[in-house]
Parts: sequence; structure tokens; C-alpha cells
Amino acid sequence: MQITPEEVTYVAGLARLELDPEEVAAMAKQLDRILGYVAKLNELDTSGIEPTTHALSIRNAFRRDEVQNSLSQEKALANAPEQNGEAFVVPRVIEAI
Amino acid sequence: MEQLYSLSLAEALTLLEEGKVSAVELTRAVLARIEAVENRIGAYITVGQEQAIAQAEEADRCRHQGVPGPLCGLPLSVKDVLCTQGMPTTCASRILESFAPPYDATVVDRLKAAGAVLVGKTNMDEFAMGSSNENSAFGAVKNPWHTSYICGGSSGGSAAAVAADECLASIGTDTGGSIRQPASHCGVVGLKPTYGRVSRYGLVAFASSLDQAGPLTKTVRDAALLLNVIAGYDSKDSTSVDQPVPDYQAALTDGLKGLTLGIPQEYFAQGLDPEVEKAVRQGIEVLREAGAETVEVSLPHTGYGVAAYYIIAPAEASSNLARYDGVRYGFRDRNADTLKDMYRLSRSQGFGSEVKRRIIIGTYALSSGYYDAYYRKASQVRTLIIEDFRKAFTQCDALVSPVSPTPAWKLGEKISDPLGMYLTDVLTIPNNLAGLPGISVPCGFSSSGLPIGMQVQAAHFEEEKLLRIAYNLEHRLGIAGRRPVIS
Repeated sequence: MQITPEEVTYVAGLARLELDPEEVAAMAKQLDRILGYVAKLNELDTSGIEPTTHALSIRNAFRRDEVQNSLSQEKALANAPEQNGEAFVVPRVIEAI
Repeated sequence: MEQLYSLSLAEALTLLEEGKVSAVELTRAVLARIEAVENRIGAYITVGQEQAIAQAEEADRCRHQGVPGPLCGLPLSVKDVLCTQGMPTTCASRILESFAPPYDATVVDRLKAAGAVLVGKTNMDEFAMGSSNENSAFGAVKNPWHTSYICGGSSGGSAAAVAADECLASIGTDTGGSIRQPASHCGVVGLKPTYGRVSRYGLVAFASSLDQAGPLTKTVRDAALLLNVIAGYDSKDSTSVDQPVPDYQAALTDGLKGLTLGIPQEYFAQGLDPEVEKAVRQGIEVLREAGAETVEVSLPHTGYGVAAYYIIAPAEASSNLARYDGVRYGFRDRNADTLKDMYRLSRSQGFGSEVKRRIIIGTYALSSGYYDAYYRKASQVRTLIIEDFRKAFTQCDALVSPVSPTPAWKLGEKISDPLGMYLTDVLTIPNNLAGLPGISVPCGFSSSGLPIGMQVQAAHFEEEKLLRIAYNLEHRLGIAGRRPVIS
């Protein structure tokens, strides 16, 4: 068993996802198969092999610290589900104790 | 006379230049075609009729004034993962259903600057995650060659729209095969450029170290034409590479003398459909007749590509998709009392099941205690896969192989088997892990009339070789003009 239903629920919580019990059961079964398959990576001895995070060797792309055109406040807020003309409005952040 | 909507870009351009047709006529023909067949295909999420006509009128004005761009008046479509100012960009997800980007992706910007007419945004697997285009919140796309079959994914809408003549050409994106595989299943040309060749600015991120945009077209020449417009350095994408863009159409020369093609034995392994193998081997024979030498090569870690990919891509996705929180854009659950509940409820309702599955795999692989066993291990195997290619390219100029181990399958056939679906990308995924350019070009049909594509891969920034090889295959086979009868 690579992953249990409890672990699925826990990891989903980390990713801010909520699954109903049926989804958890189905997901656990599917992830177990997928991770079981992925385990074939362990057939390979990778000691001393450098990991690759980018296929091309690229360096950090710096630019001058100068003000450039950016989105206006109006445009930046235009797609917000809730806003007050100045800021994004969200439910309360600090939860009741 | 041939219908206007069935023209290639190059053919349409000639008629526009000779004044035999206007951009408005061409665009109206394409819009009428969409109207006629779209209910059987489902290739589009948004069609922008009025905007398209306005852009076509503007294109006609530019041509009259003698200042036409290289794509002036050509009706194209763009995958709904590329931001378009003033036209919704949904990524085929409920979570972005009402998102109207305040800017254009660089690719879109370049198409518009070249005078292209944008007829609409094509359907796709949600957030580009899928191989069949069944993971769309707006419905599956059907294969124009046989509407009870899948069209491939995730740029399935783009491939189907080109095959069904619902646009002259399209732009898709490829993270693990998402341009090449649907191109193969729909009988069109699909080119995935070298990572860094085309700007990712405004391309909604799935797996940032793998994503790359490229053309889906009716002919190889059209792919060259479009690549010339979209390729090039962009300071807004920090992974964009500052390297000169050659004239890709100049690479389309007859004959392949002096080129050595590698045939990777692992790409013809068990599980390959005999009809696919036959069509691809016949295609290789045609390339030999064109003057190419061939050599058997080995890419020993090919069989580990899918496993490495299904750690790396979900890991990057889990991080990229953290931005969908219901705050700045996208769907928000209005009933939540607290911020945390709002995140949870909005994301749980907004994302489809495949997207959730990948976010959870990625979060798991990156979580404390598992990082070394999964993410680091997969990234090391990625190095081994890159080494395989590097060694192969010391023996040959390009690799020729199938794109997909089978022709298109029936709608619904693999939808309840995620791992089975993932494994269909076995021949396209290693290319993305190495950041190489790859092309899918039609090379035959199965006995049930479904298209089969040949994949050609080359070293970084060698798109010209791919185009030259694909061009020679295309015009010697003479099947590029074959279009489906949509039932």
C-alpha cells in the first residue's frame, strides 16, 4: 500500500482541497496504483546523478530596477469575485477561538 | 472551386495577395464552417464572431494600404490556455469560467501584430491535463475522422478544429505530448518547439519547466510560417532564450541527402499497435528513398519517462495551481465564513477530478519526508533521460518514431483508468523532460480510417531539421490534402 485514504485526506487538506468520502476512496485507489507504478524509478541506481530542474542551462534573468508599465488598479481588480474599488475583499482571516 | 475554409495558410495567403479573396470573405467562410460542424465536434469554447470580422476588416485595410503582416487576414484559433485580452480564457475549467484577461499572451500579441484574425479559443483538457480531451468542463471534443473516438489531448480542440476546417491553423501547447499526440490522432501537423524558443508569457502555467506553445496546421509549410511569427526572445519570460530565429520556410528543401535518422528501438517496443508500426516503418522507408541514412539507436531510459513525468509535472502543477484561491480572479464559493473555508470550498468546486488528482500527487511528492524519494529521484531520472538523447544525437541528426502507441481510442474507453491514460504518452513525454523540439506529421491511416502520425525529434533549436524531414515525408506521401467527412 503506497498511500492510505487518511493520507489522501491529509494531503488534500494541505492543498486546500476537500474530498467527500467517496472521492477519497476512489482517489486513494487510483493514487495507490499511480504511486505503485512510479516506484519503478527505484529500479535505477541514481547515486551521484545530478537532478535536473530545467532542460536548458538558464541563469536568473535580471533587469534594471526601473519602473515599467503595469496593470492599473481598475484592471487588476476587474476579475475579482469581490472588491471595493481599492482592494480585494475576502472573508475574515482570523478565525474565532 | 475548393471551399475557402479548406485552404492551408500558404494557399490562402496567395489568394489574399493576388486580391482574389478578402480577409472578410475568408473569415466568414470559416465562421460558417464552424456553424455547420461545431455541434458534432465541440472544438471551441469561445467563438468571437464580431471581433473576428472586425479584425478581418482591419486586415483588409492593412493590405490595401500596402502594410500587411506575414499572417495578414488569416483566420486562426488559439488554445484556451493562452491569455487573450477581452476574450474569456477558461483553461476549460469552472474555476476560470468567467476570467477575462487584462492582457494578451506574447504568442497572441505576435499573432495579432502579424495581422492574424483570431476566430476563437479552442477546447482542451482542463489546465492542459489529459490525453483525450475528455477532461474539459465544457465537454469532450470528438475526433473529426470518427466522432465516437477521442481526438487526443490536451490541445484536442486545436487539432480537431484544424482537421475539421474550423480554422486554417491553431496554436496549442505541449507539456507531455499535448500538441503532437492530438495532431497524430487528427491527421494534422503539430510542432512542439524547443523549450525556451516560444515565450510562455500569458500561457497559463501547468508545469513551467515543460510547457511550450507551438503550431497545429494542415501542412508542414504552415507550421514553418507560424513558428516564424511566434518564436523569439521575450524579456517577459525569464526562461525565453535569446537566440536568432532562422527563416524556417527556407528549411523546406527537397531531399534528405546527408541526414542520418535514428530509429530508437525502445519506441517500437511491446504494446505498439501493429498498424501504427507498419505506417511509421513505411514512412521511414519513404525518408530513406528521399536520401536519408538510418541507424538503430537506443534510448535505454525511455520506459522510465512516464514515471518521472508523473512526479515532476504534478509537483510543478500543485505549486502553479495554488494561485486559484478565489481572491483575485476565478470562481469563489460565496457561502464560506472564513478565508480558509473559502479557499477549500472554491477550489474543491472549481477544479475537475483529474486536476485534483494531480494537485494531490504533486503535493504528496513534495511533502515533508517524501521529497527525496519522489521529486529528487524523478529529477535525477530526468538527467538520465537527457543523457540518453545526448548520446543518441552523436549517432544521428534526428529520431523518427511513432507519436502514440495506438490510433485514437473510443470516447469513454480509458476515462476511469487514469494510469492507463497516462501510459499512452510514453513516446512523447521524454521529449518534454529534455526540452527538445518534436513534430508529428501524418504518415498513414489505420484500417478503421483513423490517422497515424510519425514523430521526429532533434537536438535543441534544430526545428529546421524537423521541418525538412517532415516536409519530405509529407510531399512524398501525398496525404496532406486528405480531410475527414464529418458524420
